[in-house]
Amino acid sequence: MFRIIYRETLAAKIHLFKMEAPAIAKKAQAGQFVVVRIDDRGERIPLTLANWDGKEGSVTLVFMEVGATTFRLALLKAGDSVADLVGPLGVPTHIEKFGTVVCVAGGVGAAPIAPIARALKEKGNKIISILGARSKNLLFWEDKLRSVSHRLIVTTDDGTYGRKGVVTEPLKELLEGKEKIDRVIAIGPSIMMKFCALTTRPFGVKTIVSLNPIMVDGTGMCGCCRVSVGGVTKFACVDGPDFDGHQVDWDLLFARQRTYLNEEKRSFEQWQAQVGKRC
Amino acid sequence: MAKVNLNREPMAKQDPKIRGRNFNEVALGYSAEQAKAEASRCLQCPKHPCTDGCPVEINIPGFIKAILDDNMPEAVRILKDKNSLPGICGRVCPQETQCEQACSLAKKGAPIAIGRLERYVADWERTNMGALNPKAMPPKPTGKRVAVVGSGPAGLVASADLAKLGHSVTLFEALHVAGGVLMYGIPEFRLPKEIVQTEVAYVTSLGVKIELDSVVGKVVTLDELLKSGYHAIFLGTGAGAPMFMDIPGENLNGIYSANEFLTRVNLMKAYKFPEYDTPVVVGRRVAVIGGGNVAMDSARCALRLGADEVYIIYRRSEAEMPARREEVENAREEGIQFKLLTNPKRYIGNESGWVTGIECYEMELGEPDESGRRRPIVKQGSEFILEVDMVVAALGTRPNPLIAQTTPDLKTARHGTVIADEITGKTMKDKVWAGGDIVTGAATVISAMGAARRAARDIDEYLKGI
Ligand SMILES: Cc1cc2nc3c(=O)[nH]c(=O)nc-3n(C[C@H](O)[C@H](O)[C@H](O)COP(=O)(O)OP(=O)(O)OC[C@H]3O[C@@H](n4cnc5c(N)ncnc54)[C@H](O)[C@@H]3O)c2cc1C
Ligand SMILES: Cc1cc2nc3c(=O)[nH]c(=O)nc-3n(C[C@H](O)[C@H](O)[C@H](O)COP(=O)(O)OP(=O)(O)OC[C@H]3O[C@@H](n4cnc5c(N)ncnc54)[C@H](O)[C@@H]3O)c2cc1C
Ligand code: SF4
Ligand code: SF4
Ligand code: FES
Repeated sequence: MFRIIYRETLAAKIHLFKMEAPAIAKKAQAGQFVVVRIDDRGERIPLTLANWDGKEGSVTLVFMEVGATTFRLALLKAGDSVADLVGPLGVPTHIEKFGTVVCVAGGVGAAPIAPIARALKEKGNKIISILGARSKNLLFWEDKLRSVSHRLIVTTDDGTYGRKGVVTEPLKELLEGKEKIDRVIAIGPSIMMKFCALTTRPFGVKTIVSLNPIMVDGTGMCGCCRVSVGGVTKFACVDGPDFDGHQVDWDLLFARQRTYLNEEKRSFEQWQAQVGKRC
Repeated sequence: MAKVNLNREPMAKQDPKIRGRNFNEVALGYSAEQAKAEASRCLQCPKHPCTDGCPVEINIPGFIKAILDDNMPEAVRILKDKNSLPGICGRVCPQETQCEQACSLAKKGAPIAIGRLERYVADWERTNMGALNPKAMPPKPTGKRVAVVGSGPAGLVASADLAKLGHSVTLFEALHVAGGVLMYGIPEFRLPKEIVQTEVAYVTSLGVKIELDSVVGKVVTLDELLKSGYHAIFLGTGAGAPMFMDIPGENLNGIYSANEFLTRVNLMKAYKFPEYDTPVVVGRRVAVIGGGNVAMDSARCALRLGADEVYIIYRRSEAEMPARREEVENAREEGIQFKLLTNPKRYIGNESGWVTGIECYEMELGEPDESGRRRPIVKQGSEFILEVDMVVAALGTRPNPLIAQTTPDLKTARHGTVIADEITGKTMKDKVWAGGDIVTGAATVISAMGAARRAARDIDEYLKGI
């Protein structure tokens, strides 16, 4: 069992859990993820490490309520436990001194990108971050990202905060600007990562994305997380989740993410009905 | 000598029409009378060829005689002397190529049903002896610590053997339950999970500490384990990484690896969705590619989940199929259709990325290949399309590279198997042994157990010397 030490709601339907997991905290690196299972009935879902503290023996996860499991997770309180927490999984994000790196975070992607930006900054890179959300009430960690960036641009689709528009607009301006951009890292909804990759492609700037296909074990055992990168099939959980965004077969990723749409809906409705009755 | 009785005692099974829709065990086991009837056929051959056919050399005439003598505790003792998981082996061993093939009566086409008798004894023990089993004196602690990695049959046996010798054993398992393929691969209807968990509980009762959710190579490396005070390591991580054919369309929705499909169904209990959260999509027309136990299990699971038509697509003929014969028969009785001498060329999908068909080749058999089986050759121009809406690829597995990647001095062979001494299981890395599928590639439960037992013996020798 893994105990929730602390929890906080960061924005609409976006929650932060600090979990007791000393072994994972000791080994965690930026870009890695864990697999969570709530209880015996639960499915195994991957969540990226948003932070960790080897001394305290804790890892921090930030997740958005999108379906049955994340909905159930959000009902837990500090002091509660989840049955399983496995990690750190995946290949850590490649960190070295590149020069100037643009870190683009969409929505809940602000959480996983923060430790990456921090690690890149510590290596001596200049970090320009772009933080985007649909609306002001979905924005979080602006301060955190600012503290690990040399410059931060905030956008909202509806203009309720920061600059109105989507993240690819300031990204494009940066690429067209005077300053040489050496690398782009984009984490967020798949569609946003795809458009970031499309934006950077004409400029030939290497763009790393963190893919989020459906997973089961997260250890290379099932092949559920198959993605196609540069025409070669990869298992995102062990070969990634970071890949070269210019090489990713996005349509395949989108299609595979939709595999269980009907079942997800059914499961979510069942849980909502059950919880509703209990209250 | 009494007249030889060539009537093998049949074992009752659930009716194929009924069992094809439930996950309960197919074979129902012998009654006491049946077990005795079958045991009475045994000739008690002085040279006991059957024993030589068993990879762990069970005293087969011995335990059979104990059944006849009504001395069940003795039958249990004899079995457990060599095989700590008889309830599992009696159910899943490929007896027809091992003990039963070697039985003197095999030539007459009626070998003693050794597996069924073994299962009978093990089931008797589970229901009758638990309480009356006198607690063995705990061994004197040696003060030596061993880390066992992987909780499949190899890891369970290595842990039990080492704990019985007084060593302090910690067993690390990547998944959230112990048991390896016995839990996530082999379905409930062939091997009830309760039996596996009884064995796991037995291993824990010996003082073995099980650390679940621990992916060695990620959360801790072998070198870190050694540095933290373990005196030796046994690797039993199996061959769990699925292979694909690398043909067009293989990543379409509805195409599962057998590992994924079986894990969803068995380990995550997707057959009880939405009571359990993990979903699985089952088509109306399902094709399973492959001819081994894994393929049979996948096909039979698909049927039980409600598919209308289930095909096995295998590139050789039935004679070359590596699956246990009994399971091929069970599958056929349940209505699984065999498309032999057939191999996929590519998968066809619709606009939303779901599989709709397989373009297949017909095959013919040529000269024998390295495996000794006749090589399948494509019949040119024989392509045809089989309409399906789900595919399970049961094309074999290889060892997961996570540990080898983080342990440069652990030498591996082609296909990622770990190089280890055939007898002792010692690897090229100091203080590290290995056994089971990680060394041999996908093999059998009993061979994994045998390898673990030999390695445990060698580890014990080593620990005594330090
Ligand atoms: C490596 C990786 C890291 C991730 N990190 C985060 C994170 O830090 N924060 C966060 O909010 N989300 C993260 N996700 C996505 C998160 O795993 C899914 O949102 C979650 O599984 C949804 O489960 P659900 O039951 O609530 O929703 P469902 O109703 O099951 O699904 C809703 C959506 O989530 C996707 N999804 C469903 N099951 C899985 C699964 N087992 N694995 C991956 N995706 C799935 C579906 O494609 C669907 O679009 C990550 C995904 C991956 C692969
Ligand atoms: C569907 C199916 C049906 C089968 N049917 C039969 C049959 O009828 N008869 C028969 O004899 N054999 C059968 N087999 C084969 C048999 O199950 C295997 O040969 C046997 O389980 C191998 O045992 P093992 O202990 O070497 O590995 P496994 O059983 O594979 O166990 C390995 C364990 O190690 C864990 N692990 C892997 N990597 C790590 C890591 N890095 N850290 C921690 N833990 C890790 C895995 O999660 C797993 O639990 C079947 C196999 C399958 C898949
Ligand atoms: S362990 Fe397997 S091979 Fe040995 S006697 Fe039992 S069924 Fe036969
Ligand atoms: S070979 Fe067959 S008949 Fe002879 S002892 Fe063994 S099981 Fe009995
Ligand atoms: S999630 Fe199973 S192989 Fe990646």
